[in-house]
Amino acid sequence: MVGIIGYGVYIPRYRIKTADIAAVWGEDGEAVGQGLGVFEKSLPGPDEDVATISAEAARNAVKYARIDPREIGAVYIGSESHPYAVKPTGTIVAEAIGCSENMTCADFEFACKAGTAGIQSCMGLVMSKMVKIGLAIGADTAQGRPGDALEYSAAAGGAAYLIGEEHPVATIEMTSSVTTDTPDFWRREGEDFPSHGARFTGEPAYFRHVEQSATNLFKTMGTTVDDYDYFVFHMPNGKFPVAVGKTLGVPKEKLEDSLVVRQIGNTYSGSSMIGLARVLDIAKPGARIFMVSYGSGAGSDAFSIRVEDDILAHRGEVPTVDDYISRKTYVSYAIYAKYRRTIKA
Amino acid sequence: MAEHGVAQIWRKIKSMYNIIGNRCTTCNTYYFPPRPVCPKCRRKGHLEEYKFKGLGTVHTFAIVRQVPEDFKTQAPYVMAQVELDEGAKLTAQIVNCDIEDVCIGMRVRSCFRRITEFGHGGLIVYGYKFEPTMKVTGHK
Amino acid sequence: MKKRVAIVGVGMSKFGELWDKSLRDITLEAGMYAIFDSQVSGKDIDAICIGNMSAGRFTGQEHLGALAADMGGLGHIPAYSVEAACASGGAAVRQAYMAIRSGEHDLMLVLGCEKMSDVNQSEAMRTVGVAADWEWEGLFGATFPALYAFMARRHMYEYGTTETHLAQVAVKNHKNAEHNPWAQFQKAVPLEVVMNSGMLADPIRVLHSSPISDGAAGLIMCSEERAKQFTDTPVYIEASTQASDTLALHDRRDICTMDAAAFSSREALKRAGLTIDDIDVFEIHDSFTIGEIILTEDVGLTQKGQGGRILEEGLTEIGGKYPVNPSGGLKARGHPIGATGVAQIVELVLQLRGDAEGRQVDGAEQAMAVNIGGTGATSIVHILGR
Repeated sequence: MVGIIGYGVYIPRYRIKTADIAAVWGEDGEAVGQGLGVFEKSLPGPDEDVATISAEAARNAVKYARIDPREIGAVYIGSESHPYAVKPTGTIVAEAIGCSENMTCADFEFACKAGTAGIQSCMGLVMSKMVKIGLAIGADTAQGRPGDALEYSAAAGGAAYLIGEEHPVATIEMTSSVTTDTPDFWRREGEDFPSHGARFTGEPAYFRHVEQSATNLFKTMGTTVDDYDYFVFHMPNGKFPVAVGKTLGVPKEKLEDSLVVRQIGNTYSGSSMIGLARVLDIAKPGARIFMVSYGSGAGSDAFSIRVEDDILAHRGEVPTVDDYISRKTYVSYAIYAKYRRTIKA
Repeated sequence: MAEHGVAQIWRKIKSMYNIIGNRCTTCNTYYFPPRPVCPKCRRKGHLEEYKFKGLGTVHTFAIVRQVPEDFKTQAPYVMAQVELDEGAKLTAQIVNCDIEDVCIGMRVRSCFRRITEFGHGGLIVYGYKFEPTMKVTGHK
Repeated sequence: MKKRVAIVGVGMSKFGELWDKSLRDITLEAGMYAIFDSQVSGKDIDAICIGNMSAGRFTGQEHLGALAADMGGLGHIPAYSVEAACASGGAAVRQAYMAIRSGEHDLMLVLGCEKMSDVNQSEAMRTVGVAADWEWEGLFGATFPALYAFMARRHMYEYGTTETHLAQVAVKNHKNAEHNPWAQFQKAVPLEVVMNSGMLADPIRVLHSSPISDGAAGLIMCSEERAKQFTDTPVYIEASTQASDTLALHDRRDICTMDAAAFSSREALKRAGLTIDDIDVFEIHDSFTIGEIILTEDVGLTQKGQGGRILEEGLTEIGGKYPVNPSGGLKARGHPIGATGVAQIVELVLQLRGDAEGRQVDGAEQAMAVNIGGTGATSIVHILGR
């Protein structure tokens, strides 16, 4: 059965508090924090980007899975902040982790669900026996327009998943998706920052697609909320995933463990994938996980996942999501602006 | 327009991304970057490719404050000579560490970072830097 | 027994930020002064040897040998260009020495030059950095001061050398240069000013570092036999040696020792039939003050690790047992890279002639110059005597 044979994450050490961003724009930090459900977010150092984040996450995944990287037959990196507009991040990361030359690669973009789209592609390649192991990464160093609401949540981080059929630590029972042409959030070529439809990004975009995708998967699987122990939703802020969970009837405690957004913000293509990783760090064998990602533009990928016994033998070697979350250094807004290059040297 | 420096960097990608040097099997000395000739054995030497583990100790360091143009956003930063466990020494930046905490003898491990870029529209050079061993590097 | 090589004329331009003068101007100036000083005429010169590190990057001009012959109106004589980073000047002296001693040429004009202020400071520092291993040190962010800072920090760690020691070298050399009319800085600098100057790379400060400079220096060198035509008391080169070491500092056997300097100075003393205590005056490469401290150990003025102590005790002052850098050294005289090695010889010739007014080492009869390239990858040593 196809599944996850290994995974790894990377979150940079730097954090900036919602309150410190709010102070710059004359807003009430406490209120903003409560309103968004985001209290601090991660940001990349001046020498970090999606390639370096992906490489570290992928190195962790390879170590976790205990595979020879030369067995990887496909590398797909999904992001909205690839270092190059033309030249795939995947080739850089493939070289950095020791892949062979005999493999396929391409970069993905679908806002925040580019990484999960990569997982689906890897599943197809593995199930069709075209490759033995596929590597799908979702990583971002998201660009937040200074003074815009999204500045509070646009964060940096990534997660890497190795997909294969031999002794998965978690099998992917099924995946299905919903895709429509919905202009809720976009960025034109050459623009520094994305644009968005404000309240339009809620009901017609995030909620409609996540709910639809979840409902479809429950139906196809013949399962309900009760059949799952953990839920992971894409986390643009601390409120949306809780709200969609409520709508779907998910008990609060089944969602808690994946809500990394409160401490690290929205890592965009990394968001749901880091949430999933946190659950995989702690879930017992036999537990079932329901994950729905969301990417603006718009679409959702839903996954039904079952944790296997094999997971126990792999734990402990590689740092966990919590290890990365708790490793942090706060910076001021000035340093944040310097690192994010909104003030240019 | 032909862009600057691409072939020069491309030739070194393996070494810069994964600290791949070589080892002389005649005298069992490890070299980084890879050497064309073993300086100890010369013709009698036999060099084979070797991927370093990426672990080492800080032999000496400096806090660079007058920095080159392309390092401006990182000033001040720590440069160090790292003695890799296998014996070879290299020069690299130390990151993920407060400047005051760097000391001779510190244990460090390699990480993958942006080194520089050839201008805003030019090639991005990736390579090794080193960080202190800690929980998120998979140690202690 | 091979005949000795003599120096019959010396000259240099002022060192400093010479806005009005181009590379051609200062090179010509130094050459003319050396020629006038020697009283040779142009037609006596058989060949030119010119040392320079990076005119191509600093001014856009290469092919300096041809340039020098052309500017001096010296006709079709051969003109050799030599490069060894900061030891380019010493390398030019050595090449001429070998040519004359072998009999290939009889009388030569030796030049060393550099024009560093035609590019901005950032570009100049970048170019200075290629004296080290650009690919594996500079590219990764190790500036040239950072490399010397590596040496300083390790030396402080292993031997207890202090920041005060680093500053004391600068104080001594600036004081010496008060009496050097060609020096870039001719003013004494107090210790506190040095110790509080801006940091380049901890622990190396701005005032521990030689400056960016323009300048040129020249010599007329000839066979012992020929020298008699021009002077009864030429200065002779008693020994000329050169040694190499790894390009990258991280490949050295011990970063607190410049092995190349130890080898070349020991060999030079052997060839001259002298011990270190026979040397009365030294010009030692202080591109950074830690460099002078380390080299005083490596040439044998004291044991490894004691360079700070002998400095502290005043042994390297002009009146001390081992006067080092009476000219002000690279620190105060300035460091136009390719010119330095030749300027060291100019100073020592003046010292041996008794013409170093205000900074004279009394009764100097033997002298040693140590010229280093990069962080110690090249060392060129000359011993002069009367």
